[in-house]
Amino acid sequence: MNCQQAKPLIDPYADGELEASAIQELEQHLQSCSACALALRNLQSLKKSLKQDTLYFTAPAELRQRIESELPSRAKTVPRWPAWNWNKLTTAMSGAFAICLALLLTVTLFRQSPEQSLAREVASSHIRSLMASHALDVVSTDQHTVKPWFNGKLDFSPPVKDLAPQEFPLIGGRLDYIDGRNVAALVFQRHKHVINLFIWPAKEKASKPASITPIQGYNLIHWSDAQMTFWAVSDLNESELMEFVQDFATGKTMNP
Amino acid sequence: MPHLDAAYNLARWLAGNDHDAQDVAQEASLRAFRFFGGFRGENARAWLLAIVRNTFYTWLRKNRPLDKTVDINDETTEIEDASANADEVTPPFADADAVRRAIAELPAEFREIVVLREMEGFSYREIAELAEVPIGTVMSRLARARKLLQKRLTAEFNQGDER
Repeated sequence: MNCQQAKPLIDPYADGELEASAIQELEQHLQSCSACALALRNLQSLKKSLKQDTLYFTAPAELRQRIESELPSRAKTVPRWPAWNWNKLTTAMSGAFAICLALLLTVTLFRQSPEQSLAREVASSHIRSLMASHALDVVSTDQHTVKPWFNGKLDFSPPVKDLAPQEFPLIGGRLDYIDGRNVAALVFQRHKHVINLFIWPAKEKASKPASITPIQGYNLIHWSDAQMTFWAVSDLNESELMEFVQDFATGKTMNP
Repeated sequence: MPHLDAAYNLARWLAGNDHDAQDVAQEASLRAFRFFGGFRGENARAWLLAIVRNTFYTWLRKNRPLDKTVDINDETTEIEDASANADEVTPPFADADAVRRAIAELPAEFREIVVLREMEGFSYREIAELAEVPIGTVMSRLARARKLLQKRLTAEFNQGDER
């Protein structure tokens, strides 16, 4: 090995990221080449300089307090399956009723969860919209054009927002059919990535925090507010799609 | 509230001051917690820092659109190897202020990789995923950042000697 070959290996070597096969060769070279050995020692010096504790900024207490005070207590608990007390239930109930319950339970447990099959349906719809280049029925970046377009086509009025300032410009909307009903699909863009946002009235009138489901390389984020249920789908990475979701969820709605 | 220090540290190095760093770290943490119950995947710290990064760059485009980030010259111009001419080992630079200034002068895309590698101890692969760049870019940026730091710090160190 010569210096030309050794130079680019010194950084990964000092970082413990060099493959075992190359380590031996490099170490041999370092023994015979004082210039490269010196470069390594200097790099180690620099690494030490950068690891000084005083360079690490710890979070100010006020920041921690502010964040904790803004977190709704709901966000701190992880949603759990309801804990049934089976013993009490079964002894209290007649045998026949228990069998009915067991049957029902088997059916629900062994079927795909409704949320999962819905997620698949949403992902398929997203993929279809891209394949058939039928992403848009109404092409407009103007929320005041897109929102009225849905009038008379749906039995609800979806919230429409343009997130161009947040760099998720609205490019249009279309009608879609999911979960056995007509739904609104808003289409947004970030760079070359298309985001489909499906909206329909929520069945349960309780808001639900966002949860993420990856399906076939697409990310899906699902959440609900008191009125609507939302599914955002895109090939964007998780964190950018989440950024979109938050911008949409907190952005101002235009008045109908 | 786990990993808030890491979130703030990265935000602080990227934004360059406490006020903006608190804004970025707060927004990123609230996003993480509100929308996903605070934890995703096996590496929660990397995940949170990816959100901090995205939040920061969005914030940067909104608030300092003219700020220069890395350009092609930063990635390709040859940097003189400061250690090549020296004939003796440079000791670690103990002057934290000088080191701080030198890091602050790096382009943001180099700075974040230095922070993630040296202060957070992430592997090249983790950094590549977190910063959404190929692993080769991580390696070349890290090597270039180090050369720039060495050059800058050696100059400062020698100046101090002469005085």
